[in-house]
Amino acid sequence: MADASLTAQTSDRAIVRPKLSRDDWIMRTVMVAIGVFLLIAVLLPLYTMMSKSVENKDGGFVGFANFAEYFSTPALFNSAFNSLSISILATLIILVVTFIYGYALTRTCMPFKWFFKLVAMVPLLTPSLLGGISLIYWFGNQGVLKDLLFGEKIYGPIGITMGSSYWVFPHALMIVITALSITDARLYEAAEALRTSKLKTFLTVTIPGCKYGLISAGFVVFTLVFTDFGVPKVIGGNYNMLATDIYKQVIGQQNFQMGAVVSVVLLVPAIIAFSVDRIVQRKQVALLSARAVPYTPKPSRGRDMSMLAFCSVIALIIIAMIGMAQYAALVTFWPYNLEFSLNNYDFDVMDGGGWEAFWNSIEMALYTAFFGTIIVFTGAYLMEKGRGFTVGRSAFHMVAMAPLAVPGMVLGLAYIFFFNNPANPFNFIYGTMGILVVATVVHFYTVSHLTAVTALKQMDPEFESVSASLKAPFYKTFAKVTVPVCMPAVFDISIYLFLNAMTTVSAVVFLYSSDTTLASVAVLNMDDAGDVAPAAAMAMMIAYTCAAMRIVQVVLTRGIAIKTQAWRNQ
Amino acid sequence: MLEQFGNSRAARTLVAAAGLMVVASAAQATDLTVYTAVEAEDLKKYAKAFNKTNPDINIKWVRDSTGIVTAKLLAEKNNPQADVVWGLAATSLMLLKAEGMTEPYAPVGVGKLDKKFVDSANPPHWTGMDAWIASVCFNTVEGKKNGLPIPTSWKDLTKPVYKGHVVMPNPNSSGTGFLDVSSWLQMFGEEGGWKFMDALHQNINWYTHSGSKPCKQAASGETPIGISFAFRGAKSKAKGAPLEIILPSEGIGWDMEATAIMKGTKNLAAAKKLVDFTITKEANVMYNKGYAVVAYPGVAKKVKHFPAGILEAMIDNKFEWAATNRKRILSKWQTRYDSKSLPKK
Repeated sequence: MADASLTAQTSDRAIVRPKLSRDDWIMRTVMVAIGVFLLIAVLLPLYTMMSKSVENKDGGFVGFANFAEYFSTPALFNSAFNSLSISILATLIILVVTFIYGYALTRTCMPFKWFFKLVAMVPLLTPSLLGGISLIYWFGNQGVLKDLLFGEKIYGPIGITMGSSYWVFPHALMIVITALSITDARLYEAAEALRTSKLKTFLTVTIPGCKYGLISAGFVVFTLVFTDFGVPKVIGGNYNMLATDIYKQVIGQQNFQMGAVVSVVLLVPAIIAFSVDRIVQRKQVALLSARAVPYTPKPSRGRDMSMLAFCSVIALIIIAMIGMAQYAALVTFWPYNLEFSLNNYDFDVMDGGGWEAFWNSIEMALYTAFFGTIIVFTGAYLMEKGRGFTVGRSAFHMVAMAPLAVPGMVLGLAYIFFFNNPANPFNFIYGTMGILVVATVVHFYTVSHLTAVTALKQMDPEFESVSASLKAPFYKTFAKVTVPVCMPAVFDISIYLFLNAMTTVSAVVFLYSSDTTLASVAVLNMDDAGDVAPAAAMAMMIAYTCAAMRIVQVVLTRGIAIKTQAWRNQ
Repeated sequence: MLEQFGNSRAARTLVAAAGLMVVASAAQATDLTVYTAVEAEDLKKYAKAFNKTNPDINIKWVRDSTGIVTAKLLAEKNNPQADVVWGLAATSLMLLKAEGMTEPYAPVGVGKLDKKFVDSANPPHWTGMDAWIASVCFNTVEGKKNGLPIPTSWKDLTKPVYKGHVVMPNPNSSGTGFLDVSSWLQMFGEEGGWKFMDALHQNINWYTHSGSKPCKQAASGETPIGISFAFRGAKSKAKGAPLEIILPSEGIGWDMEATAIMKGTKNLAAAKKLVDFTITKEANVMYNKGYAVVAYPGVAKKVKHFPAGILEAMIDNKFEWAATNRKRILSKWQTRYDSKSLPKK
């Protein structure tokens, strides 16, 4: 930084040019650099993957022969149908549950709201596999509540739907809560004044008010379930889904071409869902006028108590899922020896890389959070606060949105094709920690980017104008004003990246090497080898790490808020 | 605040990087990438035994199920990553040999091994370690609960009483699964073998990715019957699982775990040292801890919890046939059974 300002000063003397333009050039160059990074890390690998899907094993062009083979194999085609029906079912269930849960949190005077908010976020701390593992202990053939299934098997569609619903719940809830929080109390006052019935008010005010949020949540859930492979891998039995098919083709048979074909098939609905969601989001603009009055719920005993009952049931299910995983991890030999022991924590004698995998995961998550936050926030800043260069800035925004439409497994497979090519100058990162970090940053880029943009939008552009007129270079404003003011968002982005790096399986399952085994992948591999209890133990280690990190984040944010956020309370 | 934050992170990264460099320079050892399908719990032990005599060679394990290690090696044919394969099915190594991917080498003292366990070429492309043997893990507690008689033959498993109670490994990913399928085709003939599998498929609850999972699931009662291998069953039994390890009366399939050097390795000298070690008497004593039949004559002692009569039950396995027909068998298996994965009605 000292160097940069020094050169800036010396060259100022030499070239007589408006300060502004010089800053602009630096900003544009850095933004283009980040944009190029995204291009290399997202679009080029995807392109390579798509070209693989129309090639044979030796790299010759075969047109759509692979696709023809795919669609003529009933097994593979069935998977597409299975994926579709499970995703739709889970989406419907989750929309209803999150709506009621979110409604209780935002529009009622239910007690213990803080507790229910906290519990709802628990599934974010664990890999999606954990839900499947817990369900085996609850409803498997030796399950505690096996009889509740009335002879049906948990291995298959029932288990996948339950497990998926569990882990996507917080993702949907966050969107629904946001949607329900944005409302104009005057609409309800008007409805009351007009003596509109409660039901009619609900149908004509509440639902339309949050409909975009619900649609958005629906698409997020659909895409997550459709592209997740952790849950079906653990509890799918012989019920094939698209995501498990990719895994079987690539890991099981090293048939990369067919893996690429399934990836393209998986990509299509994800992109459709993404595009529809974008269009819907655009319509949401200006729903809330400047004169809107925030809604404050009034107590209503009957409603509040029934909401309390409902939320308690949901919270209980979440606690039961994570609690069972911890219990199973501590039991010596389920179900014949229920004494407690730490045998299942002896990861070093099991598949998946042992304790080293756990430490690798933490290292990988720290790198991802550190570098990811810098790249994402700088990119968002330059895009948001840059002047002119509209074409470049909107192009950057589009590239930054792209990762959201790419399922993790597709990204991972694309990385094999792209980076494991000796002719690629970036070939050296293949098999290293670096490729895992890059893949994870890219996989979770979009949400981080949007968080940064939202925080930056709240800042008055006056800051930039004032510092420009004071002849302060933009990077000083950035470091001394923008970053401190946006510190809470910066922490949000880091923790988001950290948690996801700890728990993700799909993006990294194709990319780890014997030196860079990861905890989340170890969960998968131990379960594959039949060591289900140790898999649960490792999943819980991930959960505790994530929880600890989250506490650190909350404390840091509080501490910094006192220093940097005092202005908000004026 | 930001600067502090950034600096401390940056400092930590620097320290980490410096640490890595120190480690790298301290251990001026040869890194040997070894692909294996040996059970994870044995790997550390094997490496430790080898390092006792060769402390300057550092083994980097890449472990997965047999089918996957095989597929990985084949996929990397043009850009091989492995130096040595230690502990992979002999049928897989025969396949690699046919593809011209193995380096012929006669390890020191190879003459002492049982001829059955050494490749017939001279110098041999691969050397065997031990035999790994199919068997059926039967959970007696769950069997009683479900009123299941103890099966004594493969054909027993196709009886309607076992419907939905049998789990077996997918031969496409698991070496144990493949040796089962290949032994059925040898024992019952091509046509009879597929007919048997059609009937068995009716009773299968699910196919697993790895060969040890069926037995581990039988051990924990998730399924009453798991088609797996004797080693796994004995291990689980030792841990207190209520298991009966059954050798079906028609005979049992088996395969050798074997070792080979990959052609084109940059560490040929170190690779040779490792292979020399893998056929020593000492190494064979080590294999015998888990496997009843090993390559070095006179070493084998009875293994705890192993069923009696293993040697007699092992079929006269035609490895060459299995290796040459592997691809055909696997793709036929997949179209017949993997595709029938519709939800059960």
